[in-house]
Amino acid sequence: MRIGLFVPCYIDAFYPKTGIATLELLERLGQDVDYPMDQTCCGQPMANSGCNKDAAAAEALFVKNFAQYDAIVMPSGSCAHHVRDNFDAIPQTDEVRHVRKHTYELVEFLHDVLKVEDFPWAEFPHKVGLHNSCGTLRALRTASMSELGEPFFSKPMDLLSKVKGISFATPKRPDECCGFGGTFSVTEEAVSAKMGVDKVRDHHGAGAEYIVSADTSCMMHQQGCAERAGVPIRFIHIAEILNGARE
Amino acid sequence: MKVKPVNHARAAAEFIEDTPHMTFHDERLWDLRQKRDQQMHILPEWQDLRTLASQIKEHTLANLPEYLEQFEANARKNGIHVHWAADAADHNRIVGEILEKHGAKSLIKSKSMVTEECSMREYLEPRGVVVTETDLGERIQQLDDQMPSHIVVPAVHKLIPDVAKIFAEHYHTDPKDNDAQSLAWQQRLAARPVILAADAGMTGGNFLVAETGTFVVCTNEGNADLSATVPGLHIATLGIERLVPRMADLGVFVRLLSRSALGSPITQYTTHFRGPQEGSEMHVVLVDNGRSHRLGMEEFWTSLKCIRCGACMNTCPVYRRSGGLSYGAVYSGPIGAIIDPTFNERKYSTLPFASTMNGSCTNVCPVKINIHEQLYKWRRVLAEHHELPFVKREIMHMAGKLMGQPKLYRAAINGTEVALSAMPRFVLYNWLNPWGKHRELPHPVSQTFHNWYKKNRVDAGKAAPKATAKKGENA
Repeated sequence: MRIGLFVPCYIDAFYPKTGIATLELLERLGQDVDYPMDQTCCGQPMANSGCNKDAAAAEALFVKNFAQYDAIVMPSGSCAHHVRDNFDAIPQTDEVRHVRKHTYELVEFLHDVLKVEDFPWAEFPHKVGLHNSCGTLRALRTASMSELGEPFFSKPMDLLSKVKGISFATPKRPDECCGFGGTFSVTEEAVSAKMGVDKVRDHHGAGAEYIVSADTSCMMHQQGCAERAGVPIRFIHIAEILNGARE
Repeated sequence: MKVKPVNHARAAAEFIEDTPHMTFHDERLWDLRQKRDQQMHILPEWQDLRTLASQIKEHTLANLPEYLEQFEANARKNGIHVHWAADAADHNRIVGEILEKHGAKSLIKSKSMVTEECSMREYLEPRGVVVTETDLGERIQQLDDQMPSHIVVPAVHKLIPDVAKIFAEHYHTDPKDNDAQSLAWQQRLAARPVILAADAGMTGGNFLVAETGTFVVCTNEGNADLSATVPGLHIATLGIERLVPRMADLGVFVRLLSRSALGSPITQYTTHFRGPQEGSEMHVVLVDNGRSHRLGMEEFWTSLKCIRCGACMNTCPVYRRSGGLSYGAVYSGPIGAIIDPTFNERKYSTLPFASTMNGSCTNVCPVKINIHEQLYKWRRVLAEHHELPFVKREIMHMAGKLMGQPKLYRAAINGTEVALSAMPRFVLYNWLNPWGKHRELPHPVSQTFHNWYKKNRVDAGKAAPKATAKKGENA
């Protein structure tokens, strides 16, 4: 299986550690991973703003970069959601359909495709609060959501539970959106920031030392809110913990 | 005059500044969401009920003309006068004429979103009709000259001292009365004489039943029953989408409605109105006011399934923190954001963007309206109809172009001045500035992932060979 790694723009620019951890983790797991150098963006920011036509160039480039792979893996739930569920600014050719069908968010790829049983190199002796982004929770469905009253399941928690020494904090509103929402974070900054502060306080109040998530964009926003509000909590992408980060 | 879009962001920011109100609002509605969850857990068939409710509504909407005519014929047999209102003006005129015919000068009414939608009070009052809301929350909003901020709990954005102040002004009660029971009692004292002396009564309605020609009103305060029965003239006004085909269908909705709305198994009163009492008159006004038009909108017609429970509002993290009035519309919250633009695209063009599209609303909706997907679709429609702010549109256009050109994009990310050719710096910075108002920026890093990969994989000869350009690629 040839894997194409997609590293979203904000991870590339601000959180390269997350991209590196994703690559190294897949390599450790014996995967044949390739990072197409000409990649930019999946088109989500434009499409979510309603400007779907403006997403066409990014989507076309994405397909050009990734059509040759058996699986396209990315450490971002919202990007995976866009490619899989909303990627329609360009004509739906066989290539486009192939790309959309074989796009995976990292956690579901590890959990469902590779079915990883063990991360022997990973140890994280900290109490963490798991933040499931709305894209992973309610679109990709990597965890059960409280709205439906369905039996509990959580793919990210399944994976994290295999890490030595880790423990979990239980926030009061685990499924509440953190308020990032892409351009919403700018156009509705007051609501967005309030949601972010409430989110980090909820985790901190539950005793979490770290917020861990499969979505860096949520954490970029939450980190900004926590730092401004003086909430002492740290942030780490799930890829980094699974790849053996100690702190 | 050009209509200005509602500035939800600014109104929401003001609401958030007022910590006691915002905190109460958020916690009160979150409590309703949790109570709703408890009710859901009690019923193992919850998801089946939602599916069934959705199917019944979709079937009814797909056959609306037939069922409406069936309702009309059966209601007439029951002695109910049936009126058809094409729009708000029509509705208000019809109600005005009924009142005039009876020489009615005082009207008591229970809560109705349709009369809000039609601005009926504003129409009747200059014509000499005194309209008194009998629902506690709605009365508070009437006295304060505000729209309802929530479709089920219209004054939920207010605190007890706010109500005490309003009552003191209008009922001359103690402005420092801090007891909810006592305030409710004051309202009762003020309302009873008005109810007893009223010339006419009006209610909304939750369901029309086609096969019986009857309608159902669900309330918790009993005020609708008083409004309907005391004066001897009952006018009920309902949207045409409130229909269910059979009495047997009703159970599905009654079981879902109050559980979704307030987390209670059923409303205190579920009243079936079957026809006028002896010596009195009953009128039903069936209101279209844009509903037929909405029914024809391929992507948005299912919003007509709404049973007005407010569950989407209670769960919405944006609504809870911005307050219903910030939406500047009769219908607020997630359901409002997908309905309001059908009334006025420009005015409500901002509302589909007052959402993170987190999808919680869709999953609590008892009739399975895909609310967050409709928000997403509205954004597209509004962009296509040029209802996006200029700067945002331009930024998205420029960003879209940049994202299609890897070399230019890479140069921009690496911080060279190429970015300036895509977007003047001041425009970009002004637009992004709000990020920093309540948040820190991400920390700068020494190298991007791209550059790390180039150094540690490509240049180190460790990259997989197919990383290099394939045939036909112009990298």
